[in-house]
Amino acid sequence: MPGGGPTGGPRRILLIAVALTFLALFLGLPLLVVFAAGLSKGAAVYAAALRDPMARAAIVLTLEVAAITVPCNVVFGVTAAWAIGKFEFRGKSTLVTLIDLPFAVSPVIAGMTFILLFGAHGWFGAVLKPHHIRVVFALPGIVLATTFVTLPFIARELIPLMQSQGRDDEETALSLGATGWQTFLRVTLPNIRWGLLYGILLCNARAMGEFGAVSVVSGHIRGLTNTIPLHVEILYNEYNYTAAFAVASLLALLGLLTLAAKSVLEWRQPDLKHVARRTVRGLREKPA
Amino acid sequence: MATPEAPAGPGGRTARRVIPGFGLTLGFTMLYLSLLVLIPLSAVFIRSLGLGVGHFFEVVTAPRVIASLRLSFGAAALAAAINLVFGLVVAWVLVRYAFPLKRFVDAMVDLPFALPTAVAGIALTALYAPNGWIGSRLHALGIEVAFTPLGVVVALTFIGLPFVVRTLQPVLEDLDREAEQAAATLGARPLQTFVRVILPALWPALITGFTLAFARGLGEYGSVIFIAGNMPMKSEIAPLLIVSRLEQYDYAGAASIAVVMLLLSFALMLGINALQHWAVTRHGRR
Repeated sequence: MPGGGPTGGPRRILLIAVALTFLALFLGLPLLVVFAAGLSKGAAVYAAALRDPMARAAIVLTLEVAAITVPCNVVFGVTAAWAIGKFEFRGKSTLVTLIDLPFAVSPVIAGMTFILLFGAHGWFGAVLKPHHIRVVFALPGIVLATTFVTLPFIARELIPLMQSQGRDDEETALSLGATGWQTFLRVTLPNIRWGLLYGILLCNARAMGEFGAVSVVSGHIRGLTNTIPLHVEILYNEYNYTAAFAVASLLALLGLLTLAAKSVLEWRQPDLKHVARRTVRGLREKPA
Repeated sequence: MATPEAPAGPGGRTARRVIPGFGLTLGFTMLYLSLLVLIPLSAVFIRSLGLGVGHFFEVVTAPRVIASLRLSFGAAALAAAINLVFGLVVAWVLVRYAFPLKRFVDAMVDLPFALPTAVAGIALTALYAPNGWIGSRLHALGIEVAFTPLGVVVALTFIGLPFVVRTLQPVLEDLDREAEQAAATLGARPLQTFVRVILPALWPALITGFTLAFARGLGEYGSVIFIAGNMPMKSEIAPLLIVSRLEQYDYAGAASIAVVMLLLSFALMLGINALQHWAVTRHGRR
């Protein structure tokens, strides 16, 4: 290393070796084993596991859930960031903390809340039953639980971003005669587009991969309320390991694609990572 | 639009009127948050009250519940501690040294964020089972990981790693290297420099990283249930106990365990925040 400083040669090699060994053991091998086990009986068995009607139903359901959840949280994230980033009001830091709350709550508890509300013995269960409206053990419950768990992802990217951008651009547009809606579409949205994309990536990955919350509300009805992660669980519990890992490799692929896209974004927009981190830290430390 | 110009008031007052949509966006934010998070969460608390105080304590002090809470908190704390040590090494190496494929390694640190927990769970189980790649070698040494509490720690270590690394990285990047060089010039050995100069500056970030990893580990479900074996009193985590109560339609019981988990973790977070505040003020770093 040029410069040297207090960190010389052998120590550097030792530390790099420790770090890489730890990462290989805890991150590399688990990833590898998913693909190795999925393909262990050949490509034909692998493909058959993915072509299975139940696997297909799970894939469709997962896509549906993400297609509803992610746009809802986009609208929420943008609105929350507009209110918090462009205006001053009392209780702002409390609101930011509350938006982060789903990160602090176990996914299982998140799923449970909707059982307590809409389950057969829940508060609204008796109201819903005569109308044959199913929330729990059906698509609405899965969507609600997933939305709860993924709610902070987009908001927490956009809030610090909008805060750091201030409101000069918007004020200029408005003073030149643009309407509020025009200002948002032509000025704010282009300003936040990379941050928004970043948030959508993370939100989508979690929405498609969520297990705990969905597991509680889904009821595990095959072909109907099984998402991909739940389908993996069922196959695994039936000792159908090859198929379980084959389907799991789809999710692993989704994770890898998310990581790759995220890295490309961070590489093209280095501020993205830094603005978000620093401002969030600043926000947290002030009220303490 | 022909809205009359707002009278020029002092400072920020006018800005509030120039940019539209405050009421609408704040209103929607509160409504969405309340409907999806706050009201559902309050249901947990209200439902647990339905038991009455005496019965509530009876439920949450049952030996099986206590054992599961102890395992959840203990394993989460141990895993966060492991991540504190190795996460620091990883963050240090990524910030300070150049090596091949560094960008790839850096990106891979986020894998636990991106890999669905159920996939992590079955992958770790396959690795650490007595016939797995790692498990078979440990089995020969007489160490069992899968289907024991140790398996829970392994899963939570996997889940928590990025929290520690990503919290430490920016702080390490900002670290004042002149102080290190000054310490070295003044004859401090590298270990002394690390303990006296670097570590004090890192404390707040280390505490934050620990807290985030710990909090995530406490509630974790997907990656744990496959590897834990889930034996009551031994390797059963609190979230799993909640699930099994729900499956028996014991809503009040499930809600009571959830309330205890939420309260204990909030109390712990407050305590750790206070500790961090103390660490920040003591070392005068803002």
